[in-house]
Amino acid sequence: MTSVLPPFSRSRPVAIVSAVVVAVTLLATACRAPSKSSSTTSPDSLSGSLTVSAASSLQGAFTDLKVAFEKAHPGMNVTVNFGASSTLAQQIIDGAPVDVFASADEANMTKVSNKKLQSGTPKIFATNSLEIIVRKGNPSKIASLADLSKSGLIYITCAPEVPIGKYGAQVLQKAGVKVSPASLEPDVKGIVAKVTAGEADAGIVYATDISATKGAADGVVIPADVNAIATYPIVAISTSTNSTAAQSWIAFVTGTEGQTILKNYGFGAP
Amino acid sequence: MSEHRGTRARSVELRRPPLAIIAIAAVAIAFFALPFIGLLWRVPWTDAWSLLTTQSSLTALRLSITTSLWATALSIIFGVPLAWVLARYGFPGRRVVRALCLLSLVLPPVVGGVALFAAYGRRGLLGDSLFELFGMRLPFSTAGVVLAQTFIAMPFLVLTVEAALRGLDQRPEDAARTLGASRWYAFRRVTLPAIRPALIAGAVLAWARALGEFGATITFAGNFPGRTQTMPLSVYLALESNPGQALVLSVVMIAISFGVLLSLRDQWLGGSTEAGSSR
Repeated sequence: MTSVLPPFSRSRPVAIVSAVVVAVTLLATACRAPSKSSSTTSPDSLSGSLTVSAASSLQGAFTDLKVAFEKAHPGMNVTVNFGASSTLAQQIIDGAPVDVFASADEANMTKVSNKKLQSGTPKIFATNSLEIIVRKGNPSKIASLADLSKSGLIYITCAPEVPIGKYGAQVLQKAGVKVSPASLEPDVKGIVAKVTAGEADAGIVYATDISATKGAADGVVIPADVNAIATYPIVAISTSTNSTAAQSWIAFVTGTEGQTILKNYGFGAP
Repeated sequence: MSEHRGTRARSVELRRPPLAIIAIAAVAIAFFALPFIGLLWRVPWTDAWSLLTTQSSLTALRLSITTSLWATALSIIFGVPLAWVLARYGFPGRRVVRALCLLSLVLPPVVGGVALFAAYGRRGLLGDSLFELFGMRLPFSTAGVVLAQTFIAMPFLVLTVEAALRGLDQRPEDAARTLGASRWYAFRRVTLPAIRPALIAGAVLAWARALGEFGATITFAGNFPGRTQTMPLSVYLALESNPGQALVLSVVMIAISFGVLLSLRDQWLGGSTEAGSSR
């Protein structure tokens, strides 16, 4: 009758802990197993890890690209580091272990190539146009760039070192509109976050950023004659320890599959 | 005389920690010292003065000093009564209230900034009523910077003052009360002088924390030169555009913080022990 009790009942906490340990170990091995086995069976010679530094505006597209690339090359483990292109360029100059750099403008790419940190010539892989981001439902009734100078309207942008800050200023200048920003956010995601949260009224961001909010914010089109076209260059970094993989990432991004993913996110062809 | 010195030297010798401990401590000291030595090494000293006196540096410096002093003043005005209540006034749920008031001490400041939006932002709990009552908006304003700094810095003062009040001998206060002093008079003339070292230490710590505040400020108040761009924000953004300027500003901030810590005598850092031992 005593055997009714489960064998571990006397030391319950120990039993629970060991069960958890076993489960976690099993899970970890289960997760790791496929990639290991396929990397040995796959004819693909690429393996190891790859670190890509990419402009904030590429977040959605490059997250998908990473998944697709790892699927095509099971031995690869890609880490994408998103930030303002100016931040990323500075990190690379300061010796960050990065294999590939994808910038949202040519100026920050030049900073890296000036330090002779690039391997090969940068390739333009995407373009992006600009739009005005406004709060959901456009409660401030912004219809044009000129409306951004309305008094009481909270307009935010980025510092001129950040590509979107520079592009935004170019667009306003071309349209002859003078605005006083309430804040210079560290990167484009900062603008999107504050407008989406309803704390700021408007900002100029990439068209792709607005579609990435999935309806949490609205966009107002900027006419083509004053719009700036952002060009995105990509390059391998000379200090890369995995230059074959770096080149193959660039080929993937500029190839058919990569271009399709970028197009899905609203980027234009180079 | 010489004999006395000899015994003292011997007892110092006896109390010395084992060599292995000293060696490990030396590694720890190097761990803290190296980053600052490295920073000093990288500063472009020849241009330091011109970088420090650029308009953008001076604007950030002035804004930082003004806002951090406001934050310290608000921390004292609200923090001392709060510490008093927490130390002396037993009410149900005091432990919960205490934890709540000290939460921003351990919270990532960015989370603090998001929470401030939820309360004082345009779409926050109080945002619209604040605007209707006072016609002011806190986000993206200098007042917003002060609010963020106070939110993050006040717990330092509350913690220090509360510890001092708890450790305080209450008999002089009781004596003052039996001699006819009002509660307020006894607090002003007996309690306050007794906790003064802790109050000063707490205020200085809160001020230093307010001066260094970054996360809550950039999240809640944004970043604009002369309005909300304080020194830490300026350092962070200058890292990309003008690394030399960022380094020089960093040295200024380190010098201020170091001076603050040096000026706090050992017993002030542990305000409670100082106040507790004063009989």
